[in-house]
Amino acid sequence: MGDYVRQLPHQGSHDMARRPSVVRRVHIDVPLLLLLLLLTFYGLAVLYSASGQSMAAVIRQGSYLSLGYVVMFLAAQISLQRYVRLAPWLYVAGLTTLVAVVFVGVGAKGAQRWLEIGGFRFQPSEIMKLVVPLVVAWFLAARTLPPGLLSVGGSLILLGLPAILIVIQPDLGTALLIAASGLFVLFMAGLRWRYIMGAVVLAAASAWPLWIYGLKDYQKQRILTMFNPDSDKLGAGWNIIQSKTAIGSGGWQGKGWLQSTQSRLDFLPESHTDFIIAVLAEERGLQGIILLMGIYLLILLRGFWIGVHAQTSFGRMMAGSLTLTFFVYIFVNMGMVAGLLPVVGVPLPLVSAGGTSVVTLLAGFGILMAISTESRSGAM
Amino acid sequence: MLPQFDLKDSQLESRIFGSRTIIAICLVTVLLGLILVRYYALQITGYEVYRTQSERNRVQLQPLPPKRGLIYDRNGVLLADNRPSYVLSLVRERVEDLDVALSELQALLPISERDLENFHKKVNRRRPYEAVPLRFRLTENERALLAVNRFRLPGVAVEAQLLRHYPHGELFSHALGYVGRISEGEVQALDETDYRGTFYVGKVGVEKFYEDILHGDVGYQNVESNAHGRVLRVLERFLPVTGKDLTLSLDYRVQRAAFDALGDRRGAVVALSPLSGEILALVSTPGFDTNLFVNGISYKDYNALRDSLDVPLFNRAIQGSYPPGSTIKPFMAMAGLQSGLVTPESTVPDPGWYSLPGDSHRYRDWILRIKGTGHAPLVNMKMAIAESCDVYFYDLARRLTIDRMAEYLQPFGFGERTGIDTTSERGGILPSTRWKRGAMDQPWYPGETISAGIGQGYMLASPLQLAVATGIMASKGQRRVPHLVMAVDGEPVPLSALDPLIAPAEHWETIFDGMREVVHGRKGTAKALAQGITYEMAGKTGTAQVIGIAQNAVYNEADVSERHRHHGLFVAFAPIEAPTIAVGIIVENGGGSSAASPIAREVIDTWLSIEPG
Repeated sequence: MGDYVRQLPHQGSHDMARRPSVVRRVHIDVPLLLLLLLLTFYGLAVLYSASGQSMAAVIRQGSYLSLGYVVMFLAAQISLQRYVRLAPWLYVAGLTTLVAVVFVGVGAKGAQRWLEIGGFRFQPSEIMKLVVPLVVAWFLAARTLPPGLLSVGGSLILLGLPAILIVIQPDLGTALLIAASGLFVLFMAGLRWRYIMGAVVLAAASAWPLWIYGLKDYQKQRILTMFNPDSDKLGAGWNIIQSKTAIGSGGWQGKGWLQSTQSRLDFLPESHTDFIIAVLAEERGLQGIILLMGIYLLILLRGFWIGVHAQTSFGRMMAGSLTLTFFVYIFVNMGMVAGLLPVVGVPLPLVSAGGTSVVTLLAGFGILMAISTESRSGAM
Repeated sequence: MLPQFDLKDSQLESRIFGSRTIIAICLVTVLLGLILVRYYALQITGYEVYRTQSERNRVQLQPLPPKRGLIYDRNGVLLADNRPSYVLSLVRERVEDLDVALSELQALLPISERDLENFHKKVNRRRPYEAVPLRFRLTENERALLAVNRFRLPGVAVEAQLLRHYPHGELFSHALGYVGRISEGEVQALDETDYRGTFYVGKVGVEKFYEDILHGDVGYQNVESNAHGRVLRVLERFLPVTGKDLTLSLDYRVQRAAFDALGDRRGAVVALSPLSGEILALVSTPGFDTNLFVNGISYKDYNALRDSLDVPLFNRAIQGSYPPGSTIKPFMAMAGLQSGLVTPESTVPDPGWYSLPGDSHRYRDWILRIKGTGHAPLVNMKMAIAESCDVYFYDLARRLTIDRMAEYLQPFGFGERTGIDTTSERGGILPSTRWKRGAMDQPWYPGETISAGIGQGYMLASPLQLAVATGIMASKGQRRVPHLVMAVDGEPVPLSALDPLIAPAEHWETIFDGMREVVHGRKGTAKALAQGITYEMAGKTGTAQVIGIAQNAVYNEADVSERHRHHGLFVAFAPIEAPTIAVGIIVENGGGSSAASPIAREVIDTWLSIEPG
């Protein structure tokens, strides 16, 4: 309440106040929506090729996206105050389901990640990608910023608990993403540099013990393979060798749409999910990569712009964290496919086939839109 | 709800957030820049490397092995052809765990140790994504089993390929030789490119000698295949060139007659055309089924063949070295006439034995044991040949001396390889003082000359050499190089000849008369052959003491007596007025020439009955 009371009317808000548009009233950020639509249509075109020209795959992904946009639209309608109020309850509920996963979860390939209720499967860790930044932002918004030691400690506990529960599933990639989304809230809240430096030093110091005691063999293998894919050409290194080959053989121009031999001839594994960018790189070349990166960069900038213009600390922190988390998806996925980072199960956001991440990500953009429209509406 | 103190710091918070956003944007830009640099490095800097790699993934160069040339006899009877056979092969790159895959395959069908051994050797030499053969000659059942289990056997392929097949197996085993799987040692010697995709190579015989002609030229195709090795389409194709067909001069019927006449005895028959050098029959018994070798003979089968007392793998016709015995006599007679030491009319007294001047040792004539005396008080050349008089030739040998004997016998092809177009030929021994010095480092003893005069002692010749020498006699000095291949892809092979042996007509007539008498004379040593004969045959019998030709054979006590019996030999040509066939025959441990001579009658009868004119 305090925040918007203090708000001074400015030119923009006057304009908007004079012509309250439909999109304003439905809390849609038009530039962001256009960019997202551009990205998802570009993604569907790539998917059509990557899935072996399967219209069924495109339709399936299209329906996930539609569902995601509906969720986004709904998420945009919820006021920030309501998010603040909901945050701790969502957190408790999320934490409970994560604990439940440990005991009664179902899974595949040695990992236990899903809960099954009445034949419907869902992945609690996915929801936590939104709930963790929400709860940390809720926690910090009530305190003096930049956060003091106690606030930092409280935040770390809030983000650490779910992260640990997800690590033991085990799903290191998601755990790191979730921890990062919480840490980004801290960062945006103005976490002092000495804490940041301290954390970096601590991380470096704990790398060796973590390597020896913390990581499972397959996780170590992924990291080792990244540094030397040729060491295991037909095993763990195969994916990386083939994805690098796909990317590199695209050159500047690319082989043309539907002309990806690496993907079409099945050399490229996971070509329509985590490794889809290799298909794009092969078919559209570096041009296509630059175009994709341009769209991503614009989305990120729009996210930051929304954060800067948010009226509450909660809104700013949420916007910053959501934007940075989106960036981490992009960075980790593009990095791992190009052999810069170890292979972890992170999809290329809004392009890789898969329903869960699309819905979560678009729900996040819904929150971002809620922040955006609230900041400019002047009154709620 | 938001606490009150938040209000106080909102300006500060906004500033903090602003600066953090700027830092975040910088960070994001730098890291995305880093990613872009990486993609630039892969797509622009590394473009050529990765494009090549991607092409290599996509496109495979597959060799198209040529079809091996067929082999026919002189009348177009097929002696060696190619039949489709199914081969199980593995693409190593597609197989996740080789040991698991192999044990799964072994559960489905028998795979011998030898197959595995060969497979492992080849796996280490293969090109990437090359299919390596594991099991040959799959049965219908095995193919069905593999097809059913295909889904759980990635990288396993069943391919049809053409396999050499010898319709007549044992009959032509020594005449044709055989092909077998390319061995480790042969890989080095063969042209790697040309034999890409070929699993077989001629191992011995005509198959080996004419390998270059029979093999043909390898073709290639570029195929696009997916990561599972399935060929999706052929991009371009260079067809292989089929190997050339060979027409042999062998006549199936003559070969069959010789083979049947030898029966289960150990021996060899070579029949040839004196005017052309064409080999009409080349038989060595026992033979073996050459088809066994095509796919890599099993150790058990191979050991059985190798260790057999009868040495079936030994080609007696061209590798065998036997003392020619009395079959040398017509050639000795020619040597005597050529040297001028004897004339057709000159005679030698024959008491049944012969002594060197000043030596009491008596060299006995074989007739002495039977009649108690010589052939006749005085023996001339014709009679000496017809009745195989030893004394006549003892005397001639002594007068000729061993070195001149060698000089006059050499033009008949003794002591050197004939140059026949097949492998493993041996040249026998034509003894001389120089030969003995070189081979044994011993001086020549006069007594050795005497036994050499009747083809005993050091002298050795193969049945082929006997046939060739007889052919030179039959053609009155025409020296044709014997050959098995008459035509390549229908193109006749030019004949090759050595300088003819020049001698006055009456010399030839004298020898011919003597050899006619062997068969047709009242006292001829092979007069039994004349029964019911419709043409005139010239022949010469021979008996050779056993030296034992079987290098590896371990003499079984029970077999000793049988295997110590004399070898029976016979050479012949017919018809005398215009010879079209000459033969050299040996029957090991046959006891005497009577074991060999009827074979000549069978072979020549067969040839003359089919030969036009």
